[in-house]
Amino acid sequence: MKKFLQKNAPGYVFLAPWLVGFFFLAAGPILASLVLSFTKYDMISPPQFVGLDQYIFMFERDRRFYKALQVTFSFVFLSVPARLIVALAIAMILDKGIRAIGIYRALYYLPSILGSSIAVAILWRQVFAGEGVLNTILAQVGIDGPNWLANPSVSLYTLVTLAMWQFGAPMLIFLAGLRSIPQDLYEAAEIDAASKVRQFFAITLPLLAPVIFFNLVLQMIDAFKTFNSVFIISNGLGSPADSLLFYTLYLFNEAFKFFRMGYASALAWVLLLIIAAFTFIAFMTSRYWVHYENERD
Amino acid sequence: MTDSVLDQGPISEARQVARDLRAAREKRERRSRLLKHIFLSLFAFFMLYPLLWMVASSFKPDNQIFGDLSIIPTTFMWQNFTEGWYALRESFTLFYWNSTLITVLTVIGNLLSCSFAAYAFARLDFTLKNFWFALMMMTLMIPYHVVLIPQYVLFLNLGWVDTYLPLVVPKFLASEAFFIFLMVQFFRQLPRELDEAAMIDGCSPYKIYWAIIIPLSLPAMATAAIFSFIWTWDDFLAPLIYLNDIANYTVPLALRLFVDAESQSAFGQLFAMSVLSLVPVVVFFVVFQRFIIRGIAMSGLK
Repeated sequence: MKKFLQKNAPGYVFLAPWLVGFFFLAAGPILASLVLSFTKYDMISPPQFVGLDQYIFMFERDRRFYKALQVTFSFVFLSVPARLIVALAIAMILDKGIRAIGIYRALYYLPSILGSSIAVAILWRQVFAGEGVLNTILAQVGIDGPNWLANPSVSLYTLVTLAMWQFGAPMLIFLAGLRSIPQDLYEAAEIDAASKVRQFFAITLPLLAPVIFFNLVLQMIDAFKTFNSVFIISNGLGSPADSLLFYTLYLFNEAFKFFRMGYASALAWVLLLIIAAFTFIAFMTSRYWVHYENERD
Repeated sequence: MTDSVLDQGPISEARQVARDLRAAREKRERRSRLLKHIFLSLFAFFMLYPLLWMVASSFKPDNQIFGDLSIIPTTFMWQNFTEGWYALRESFTLFYWNSTLITVLTVIGNLLSCSFAAYAFARLDFTLKNFWFALMMMTLMIPYHVVLIPQYVLFLNLGWVDTYLPLVVPKFLASEAFFIFLMVQFFRQLPRELDEAAMIDGCSPYKIYWAIIIPLSLPAMATAAIFSFIWTWDDFLAPLIYLNDIANYTVPLALRLFVDAESQSAFGQLFAMSVLSLVPVVVFFVVFQRFIIRGIAMSGLK
């Protein structure tokens, strides 16, 4: 017994703050929100058990739930590939021995570090406003731009461009990945007169697959969680016409505007399952397209 | 006259051809490098243009902001800054003080609690270690929105709403798994012989943590501190939920209040305050760029 204590005491002493946090701020709340999702709870009267009612309502009758899913999925499927493509393109240009690479790297990364701030969301509102910067530029080349923030069919693009603008982090990770591709492969391909396009598809892309995969999972989870910019740009409502009703915003409003805590908890659990499912799918399919270098087939 | 024989005939001709080819290739490479630099600088300008425009607009009178694309203001309306600073019911002096207080406490909390946990995971041996480690990694994936409601109910019942406790206390309980992960990666690289030698000299694990691991991990601690500073400074959702009284507001909350009061269309002031809110982050970025970029490559943080 004494020996057991001696072996474990230091470890658990150092782990103690995390353990407390884990039970009270992560594991406990996750279970609590599962329990709450089976209740109606307005924070004034005690939770009232309603079984699966809220899930049934969500899937059978809640049209705003489907709208939120549609908006969020559209955003994820547009913004993540766009961001990764820009990130990879710029990383490839930077990779080939450019002088002053440090300056470019820093300049391109700056938007990522500022991107989630409220100040930048405010800026984006003005860039895309009816008489904003973008439309002023378009007017100079004779295009009459739409009012991006008031027109539900284009409003999502304001957020997609904002997400694309922050390609800095995946770019840095791609740069590190490109560095680790052996240069002699390209030299050999050059001798065999393989075109640059061929080299990209036959060497760069397959060898970069693990890094692409890593970026994809990370950026997808990140995109599902988008909140700050949406809140400011859509006036906290998802307007116009629910076209910016991101899932996180819908959940937030159900909880802290209408105080439907039980229903919001059900929404939170569905979000958790969606993110888990996406991550799972990414991992499951990865063995068909991601090959690690030291792996033997 | 050393290689006079070689200077004649086909060999010298071949040399000349080789020299020409190399010159042509170098010229081509120089040109392609130049093109790349032109493209990269233009693209950087295009990327940063909105930010430059905002900085310029913060100096312009309200009626000159829209429809004006220039990034060099002709007039300098310093009033935008001085009046914007006092435009809300409380002055921005208070908001900056609040933000600074929360940020400093958060950074301290993250550094202490995350390095504790990381030291346990990277260096100590105890029952169920792998189990806890797996759970810790899983929390990396959990969106904040999932734990938000029960956490709110908990803090409400503790009477912590409208104080800084819900924002700061979790950071002292290692709630940012990202930083634990970052530090574990770093601690694992440190040579184990150091711990073993210290252990033989009679050092306790606590002493080893404080006298060996922490002093050797300053780069990792710096990276965690910088990210923790930037994320907390920009944090919006948690303050939005927990802080109600304007006297407790952080800078992002104050900016949002400014947007809501926008009907008076004081865009110059709004931009002036927005620009100022970015200054601490930009300064941190410029000064600590090295740590930030290495941190991302190391861990894949955002």
